[in-house]
Amino acid sequence: MSKEPVAVVGIGQTKHVAARRDVSIAGLVREAAQRALDDAELRWADVDAVVIGKAPDFFEGVMMPELYLADALGAVGKPMLRVHTAGSVGGSTALVAANLVAARVHGTVLTLAFEKQSESNAMWGLSLPIPFQQPLLAGAGGFFAPHVRAYMRRSGAPDTVGSLVAYKDRRNALKNPYAHLHEHDITLEKVQASPMLWDPIRYSETCPSSDGACAMILTDRAGAARAPRPPAWMHGGAMRSEPTLFAGKDAVSPQAGKDCAADVYRQAGIADPRRDIDAAEIYVPFSWYEPMWLENLGFAAEGEGWKLTESGVTELDGDLPVNMSGGVLSTNPIGASGMIRFAEAALQVRGLAGEHQVEGARRVLGHAYGGGSQFFSMWLVGSLPPDS
Amino acid sequence: MRDIALVAFAQTDHRRTSDEHSEVEMLMPVLHQVLDRTGLKTADIGFTCSGSSDYLAGRAFSFTLALDGVGAWPPISESHVEMDGAWALYEAWTKLLAGDADTALVYAYGKSSPGSVRDVLTRQLDPYYVAPLWPDSVALAALQAQALIDAGHTDEPALAGVAARSRRDAADNSHAQLRGSVPHGDYLVRPLRTGDCPPIGDGAAAVILAAGDRARELCERPAWIRGIDHRIEAHGLGVRDLTDSPSTRLAAEKAGAFELPHGLKGMGGAPTVDTAELHAPFTSQEVVLRKALRLDDSVRVNPSGGALAANPIMAAGLIRIGEAAARIHRGESDRALAHATSGPCLQQNLVAVLEGDPR
Repeated sequence: MSKEPVAVVGIGQTKHVAARRDVSIAGLVREAAQRALDDAELRWADVDAVVIGKAPDFFEGVMMPELYLADALGAVGKPMLRVHTAGSVGGSTALVAANLVAARVHGTVLTLAFEKQSESNAMWGLSLPIPFQQPLLAGAGGFFAPHVRAYMRRSGAPDTVGSLVAYKDRRNALKNPYAHLHEHDITLEKVQASPMLWDPIRYSETCPSSDGACAMILTDRAGAARAPRPPAWMHGGAMRSEPTLFAGKDAVSPQAGKDCAADVYRQAGIADPRRDIDAAEIYVPFSWYEPMWLENLGFAAEGEGWKLTESGVTELDGDLPVNMSGGVLSTNPIGASGMIRFAEAALQVRGLAGEHQVEGARRVLGHAYGGGSQFFSMWLVGSLPPDS
Repeated sequence: MRDIALVAFAQTDHRRTSDEHSEVEMLMPVLHQVLDRTGLKTADIGFTCSGSSDYLAGRAFSFTLALDGVGAWPPISESHVEMDGAWALYEAWTKLLAGDADTALVYAYGKSSPGSVRDVLTRQLDPYYVAPLWPDSVALAALQAQALIDAGHTDEPALAGVAARSRRDAADNSHAQLRGSVPHGDYLVRPLRTGDCPPIGDGAAAVILAAGDRARELCERPAWIRGIDHRIEAHGLGVRDLTDSPSTRLAAEKAGAFELPHGLKGMGGAPTVDTAELHAPFTSQEVVLRKALRLDDSVRVNPSGGALAANPIMAAGLIRIGEAAARIHRGESDRALAHATSGPCLQQNLVAVLEGDPR
């Protein structure tokens, strides 16, 4: 059975900041959506359906906010779906929207993900203990730090790798006008001297809390033919989930992540990701997750991911640039962070990434994960249609 | 387009409280039942999708624990909507349509008992202008009911009739929370009495979808999904005509509810559906939906008792689709309409048209 090819013809982001006190939640999402429409040179009436995603409703204190946001996103009279798959939600949302096009249910779909973290406190939004469940009262960093330690022990990676990732991503962010953190005076020494939060994760190796939204216009072949600027074509997309806690789980390199990547590569005809993929936007909320995910995604052999980072391969001018936009380490509106990875991958193959463009990027991976490393969503986009 | 059917349905007995069970414990038996009905195991399922709400659980990422109950190992292709499970079914349907999977497991659950659901649902409203006033779900439904009465579309005795019929029908539904003769009661918020309102309760439901020949292998009489569509309206109640449901009408049109049955195009004369399972938590909302869907007295409406007999939030819409399909499975219906709603005063509506093979 042939699926309709899916193209990204419009991308819009807000300038991500710690607090957007000048706009409501509706104003924030409208801004990103309007920019995506402008990029595609389409009007609200051209959109057939809206697929929206965000991480927990507790972050803003609004239950099922898609109901309230229907007007702001021009969805009145249209189908509107709301996806929630924890931290991977931005990627999953894009994939659900893409599937509506692929299944030929709709021709043009607006997909958007957001988080307005300043409306509440994400640390405590993630720390609501219920009886008989282990409390994770130290936020996400407390959960992930032991897995980083396990990675360091297994791989023998030197202590310095995490700070190299943070230093790179924060420098990349300086080239991205939408990135939250613009640390013009950043140095490697400053990263290494920042306070230890959850050993071995230092303050400068963690993501910020951001307000922001990201939107994309996805369309079919006919829609792509009308697009004013080069589209990005989806070559593969997949989601995989596994349980949070069980004896057989490898928290350093979860099987669900490997399976998800393998499915995407199969769809996209990628035999050797290290060779066939030009760049990657990977969900790295704590610096050490760059080498960890490089292995999980098959860019490096087990225990070897840190060597790619250390040797400069993942730098913007390296052989496999990773997180050219500055990544989650520089911008983290949680619900939108996955979609930003997907959108930045699409910007790269469209050649529209501006100062952080990778020359000649033809195939780029967008990656997101969530929960206790249990939800994964990924897509691979290319500058040419999948069947060419 | 691929033929996709609902091949199995299971639900809990819906209860006012289920203190002794977690959400996962409530859901587990339903997952086992629906899989047992087809002989499938978790690993055989091509795609899994669920619907639930963090706000009912009172904790972020509540659905992640349910996934542990599904037994997602080896890892599965899976997604979640923070919506009624009817929309999870829609997502799974599109996944099967695209050919990415041949079978799908869809489940939904909600426990309203730990909190005050009338208060909780106020958090769905515009957070800046409306939610701070805490207008609760019954008060908003009462506004809609009064608008219908003022417009001459119904009156209080007619609403009482809807309630009595629903609970009478529920007498045959062992899963229902309110069954048989139930007093219409005192006013809760005028003009709605307790009998016009749904019971508050806990429950879960699950269905299995399958495509083409796979559906025929798994079910003697599959309930083929001939069309499914959903539409949303403006959130602000002041800009909506509460006596009408244009989103339901449009979704029904797109789902083919007003077209002649599959294979009978051009023959005419036949009613388009014989059964309708409507997600109308308030008696007055059945009035709105009957009009939008042009249902006349020849159509059997809510033979399960509907949401007035059991309304586990986040699962009640999926249950409507499951109940409609189960009637087709049992040979009690040939073409059924199922409806799900979300948001205040029927803001968002989904319509599915299900059909059995000709007999």
